[in-house]
Amino acid sequence: MTPFLTRTRGRQRLHWTDWLAYAYLCLGVLLMFGPVLWLVISSFKTERELQHYPPRLLPYVQKMEKVPGYSDPLPVFKVTAGPLAGQEVAQVRRIGIVSQVVRPDAPQTIVKVPIKDRKPVEHVALATSNYAKLFKRFNFFQFFYNSTFITVVATIITLLINSMAAFALSKYDFRGRGTVMALIIGTLMIPPTVVLVPLFLIVRDFGMIDTLWGVIIPGAATPTGVFLLRQYMLTIPDEILDAARMDKASEWKIYWRIILPLSAPALAVLAILSIMWRWNDFLWPLIALQRQEHFTLQLALNSFRGEFNTDWASLLAMTVLTLVPIVAVFAFLQKYIATGIASTGGK
Amino acid sequence: MSDLELRGVTKAYGAAQVIKGVDLHVAQGEFCVFVGPSGCGKSTLLRMISGLEPISGGEVRIGGEVVNHLGPAERGLAMVFQSYALYPHMTVRQNLSFGLENLRAPKSEIAERVTAAAQMLQIDKFLDRRPKDLSGGQRQRVAIGRAVVREPRIFLFDEPLSNLDAELRVEMRGEISRLHRRINNTMIYVTHDQVEAMTMADKIAVLRDGRLEQFGRPLDLYNTPDNTFVAGFIGSPRMNFFKGHVRGGAVTLDAGTTVPLPAGKFQLAEGAAVTLGIRPNGMKPGNAGLPLTVASVERLGGESYLYGTAPDGTAVTVHSPGQTRIEPGTQIALALDADDAHLFSTDTTRSLLRKDA
Repeated sequence: MTPFLTRTRGRQRLHWTDWLAYAYLCLGVLLMFGPVLWLVISSFKTERELQHYPPRLLPYVQKMEKVPGYSDPLPVFKVTAGPLAGQEVAQVRRIGIVSQVVRPDAPQTIVKVPIKDRKPVEHVALATSNYAKLFKRFNFFQFFYNSTFITVVATIITLLINSMAAFALSKYDFRGRGTVMALIIGTLMIPPTVVLVPLFLIVRDFGMIDTLWGVIIPGAATPTGVFLLRQYMLTIPDEILDAARMDKASEWKIYWRIILPLSAPALAVLAILSIMWRWNDFLWPLIALQRQEHFTLQLALNSFRGEFNTDWASLLAMTVLTLVPIVAVFAFLQKYIATGIASTGGK
Repeated sequence: MSDLELRGVTKAYGAAQVIKGVDLHVAQGEFCVFVGPSGCGKSTLLRMISGLEPISGGEVRIGGEVVNHLGPAERGLAMVFQSYALYPHMTVRQNLSFGLENLRAPKSEIAERVTAAAQMLQIDKFLDRRPKDLSGGQRQRVAIGRAVVREPRIFLFDEPLSNLDAELRVEMRGEISRLHRRINNTMIYVTHDQVEAMTMADKIAVLRDGRLEQFGRPLDLYNTPDNTFVAGFIGSPRMNFFKGHVRGGAVTLDAGTTVPLPAGKFQLAEGAAVTLGIRPNGMKPGNAGLPLTVASVERLGGESYLYGTAPDGTAVTVHSPGQTRIEPGTQIALALDADDAHLFSTDTTRSLLRKDA
């Protein structure tokens, strides 16, 4: 890995193209990875810190101290001017521009300090409460389950029916095969938003509105998937199928035992595409799902955004949690994407 | 009983007729080779016998029963393909047992038969390897093994050796012949290589253009070809053909020479246009006879071949035993051996040999 990353054109010194290449690559890393990093750091900031101006990179929290006589911990400030200058005090309450503070060693005596004369005492710390809140106040696991169920089941169904269609279109010679193929490819030219209303009406008539199946079924057959798999299956020699027929394999068995295992690289590509699409899908679930207990993660994220105020801390924490599975899937399966696409229609 | 009988079998793709009525009977235990130039329909015919290709007309009978409407699996045949068609994702063992599993054979029997077949074909060391880890010859053995384990009524081979190099081809040829002697099943073997046909076959079926040109034992085809096509196809190098006319019990060739014919051997009509066929070893360089301009000489050590043209432009190949002194560019005379000559009608290309003679 290291020799690969540090490969240069110049032998001893860096060639000017090396400088350019590295500069370009660093810019790319910054552009693509920067926002994600910012998101992750921000998800560990308190709501107060998120509102802080100017924004700071690291998450800070204010020091809190338990003072005898007060039930809740009090925020700690450092006084910068006046008689208490240089001392740390706990703020009891704030009235207008005046802050009422006590010294921790003399909790009974309330001193009034102008707010411009005090500075919060802060240190870097992760506000994990954002995440804890997701699980306590919102039903995160329900959303996670809904998203996972839709993604997994829809991907399995997609792989199954797309591969069956692709098998028929690549290995059986029947009248109208070209027309069917053209129709399937043709649907790629219709934007999904155009069919949104008719699709809604159909799904409603089937009684699938506000069920997870109402999200899964309409998008199960994809033209891209059929095309991708068909192109791959065309490369499987017909003689292997003939050999299986001589071996008394039924057509189903040929599909299941011969075609599917041999199409594994293309299936992996389609699985990755399907998982990413289903997991990130927003528009159709928004239309098909109504009750909150059926919401996917993406819909739940949306519900954090109100018209007047937005719970940014929860939103960011949940965004991070939503990203994790898709990053994991991509990290483990990304090598199939390159190999699979290279060996299907793309070459 | 597992003989094979074809009765007026035809195959048409739309208007194009590929197999134009073939009648054939292959007896139980015979090794029959379908031979012919590419595009003659021999592979199609084999696929029709196997059931992979539907039959447009006529009957295919196996063991006396009509199998036209049975699928490939129900006919009880096994096929070895040109590209081997092994299942790439399965090990050799799985490749061999796949067919038996589909027949729902008991596990112990599958293991037993796979082991026996693997030992017979000497692939028992590779049973757990994938086809991609095997050499061409080993893959070919696995493909044959896959056919053997099924214990089929008839074996079908579709040009199984054409992907192998020359040396391996000779070796596998011997192996398939040994296999046939050992299990003594009916085998149908398709090839375009007439040497394979001559060396392996009990019976050869020569096909051209979807028609059966001649069917018989290899030497019968060699000695008494029915027409010029079979005469030219069987035997290597191919037979020389000279056009001429019948003149008083002899043939006057267009090249100018007159060749006397054995009396009573051929059906002769005075003045008829005929084609005289003489194999390269039926001619000898001599003092008098057909003049030949030698264009090139192939010296193989033990034997030599002369290539040249007759005065009328006919290309001629002459076999000469031993080493010859004749140089390219010289004019020689060829003595034609009329006893080994074949005579065909130029119009119908059919043999003029008297059948009763």
